Amino acid sequence: MWNVVCRPESIPTWFPGIVSCTVDGNVRVITTATGLDMPEEILTIDPHIRKFAYRITAPLYKFHLGEIDVIEIGVNDSLCVYSTTALPDTLALLIAGGTIGALDQIQRIAEGARV
Amino acid sequence: MGRRILFITTDQQRYDTVGANGGTLSRTPVLDGLAAEGVRYERCQPTSVVCMPSRSSMLTGQFPTTHGAWMNGVPLAIDAPSVAENLHDAGYATALIGKAHFEPFMDPFGLYAENALANLGIPTIEQDWFDGRRGVHRGFDHLEFATHGVMGSLHYAKWMNEEHRDAIRGFYQVVDRDLNVNAAGGGDTSAPQVKFNAVPRELYHTDWVADRTISWLDQQPADKDWFCWMSFPDPHHPWDPPQSEIGRVPWRDVPLPANYPERASDREAILDEKARHWRAWYDGRVVSNYEAPAKWVPATMSADQVREVNALNAVEVELVDEAIGRVLKAVHAKGWADDVDVIFTTDHGELQGDFGLLFKGPYHVDALMRLPLIWRPARSTKPEPSVVRAPVSLVSLAATFLEVAGQPAPSWVEGQSLPTTDDEAHARTFDATVTEWDSSLFGHDVHVRTVVTDAHLYTEYGAGTLHDGSEGELYDLADDPLQRHNRFDDPEMASVRSTLSERLHAHEHRPGERAVPGVVMAPV
Repeated sequence: MWNVVCRPESIPTWFPGIVSCTVDGNVRVITTATGLDMPEEILTIDPHIRKFAYRITAPLYKFHLGEIDVIEIGVNDSLCVYSTTALPDTLALLIAGGTIGALDQIQRIAEGARV
Repeated sequence: MGRRILFITTDQQRYDTVGANGGTLSRTPVLDGLAAEGVRYERCQPTSVVCMPSRSSMLTGQFPTTHGAWMNGVPLAIDAPSVAENLHDAGYATALIGKAHFEPFMDPFGLYAENALANLGIPTIEQDWFDGRRGVHRGFDHLEFATHGVMGSLHYAKWMNEEHRDAIRGFYQVVDRDLNVNAAGGGDTSAPQVKFNAVPRELYHTDWVADRTISWLDQQPADKDWFCWMSFPDPHHPWDPPQSEIGRVPWRDVPLPANYPERASDREAILDEKARHWRAWYDGRVVSNYEAPAKWVPATMSADQVREVNALNAVEVELVDEAIGRVLKAVHAKGWADDVDVIFTTDHGELQGDFGLLFKGPYHVDALMRLPLIWRPARSTKPEPSVVRAPVSLVSLAATFLEVAGQPAPSWVEGQSLPTTDDEAHARTFDATVTEWDSSLFGHDVHVRTVVTDAHLYTEYGAGTLHDGSEGELYDLADDPLQRHNRFDDPEMASVRSTLSERLHAHEHRPGERAVPGVVMAPV
């Protein structure tokens, strides 16, 4: 599961509605299916604690922090926790909606790789 | 060759805005004519007082707790039942032109077909159907969408942005910088969601919906059966009709609504009789529906603002009526005058000043729940004009369309087809309708169930963040038609309350398979 999410350029493969992205250093710009470009700052990619953290820096957001934690819960099982804190509330809700689909896709890819 | 179906909806239109229903502010000769020829319903209720659940009920013939789109922002499952799929199977050409809203408008990730079709440049796409087959999107082989303005990626917005960019500045900005519904005021009185709009009338979405409907009808062979859902976004806010038309209803001449006591203390006394969230919203302590501007406090609304909102609303209703008239002329010109059933309704009402409130929310009274519904059966059936006073519901529409098309109602339809007389209504036990509300948004959970009979309107509030599960409202519709005096705790009404509570209990435990409730993906 960590292998699915640890590479910043992989996000179009597991986040529904993100169709492409560019990565330059710690700056990632994602493009959504509606043509919306959103710049992000990558804060952490820590393979030891399996944590990926990023911040959307688009001016529409007053605050954003996204964290993906992969927690080992067994020999072949992991728990993926994708948490988002965002302001304004409406944007938080929209991100949360997208995140539900992302978690489903992360699970599908990870389980497919395991098979 | 069967009976064609022209299904006309508006958005957020009160019962009393139609002349045939006693409305005097807007002139609606076309709707009045349909009512005079056909069936006018005096107590039609929605299954929900917000758009997505209510519209999903029209399509599925199911209550929100069955189809799963239980609040705005929860998409109707792509493989939910759809009456359009059945009509498509029966050989009907099927179109939905205007406002659909089975899927969220706020869609930054482009997850929903409704928001993608205009950019894809195709009339429909293939999707999973309820019965496991694949077919055109929700059963419609032609889709052209519009909503309340020029934002977003729907067909009307795209057309305005590409072809008439100069005109888009005239529209009201529906959401603010925080993506909340905008509280900014305009017009002469600074009423919320009001703006003088310089857009030429022929570019406004009401005329666009009619134009696109006429264009689609023109493409249909003369002997083809068709089902066309023509769905106007008005008179839902914002109230920004073309400025050239606003002289039709001078707001200074508009009387205040019967349910708007001019003295604040009188309004507040009425609100204090109701469940606690009424007064809490009025005072600006709670906003329990996204579509009410978060930064607007109803208690600040002036009588003149109520007048101006009602005037602009009436202008929008008149424009819709005239647009319907143009479409009916086109229908006649194609030689279909005797073979088309016309059904007109809306998805829910609008408070429009009642009790000092605007917009909508979990407030189950006639302003939001009593809807215009007119069915002009095809003239070839020689319809007898009638008025149905028995309570009916929008959940009956799907079965009605299928009956008109000579198709059996499938097992998933929860509503039986509409009666055409009161005698028929009584024989078929049309004696009560239920309206549901469930919402969970920004920390507020609200759960409401209301049953309406020909004598009473009864509401129970489930436990949530604003109610403890013990509150309710009970109105005697004969003695208190404006629903001002809550008799929920009146000992004299204990027996009535018990009977109606049992009706709600029966509704909650009705048989049938329910969809898994959908997930809130957006506020609207």
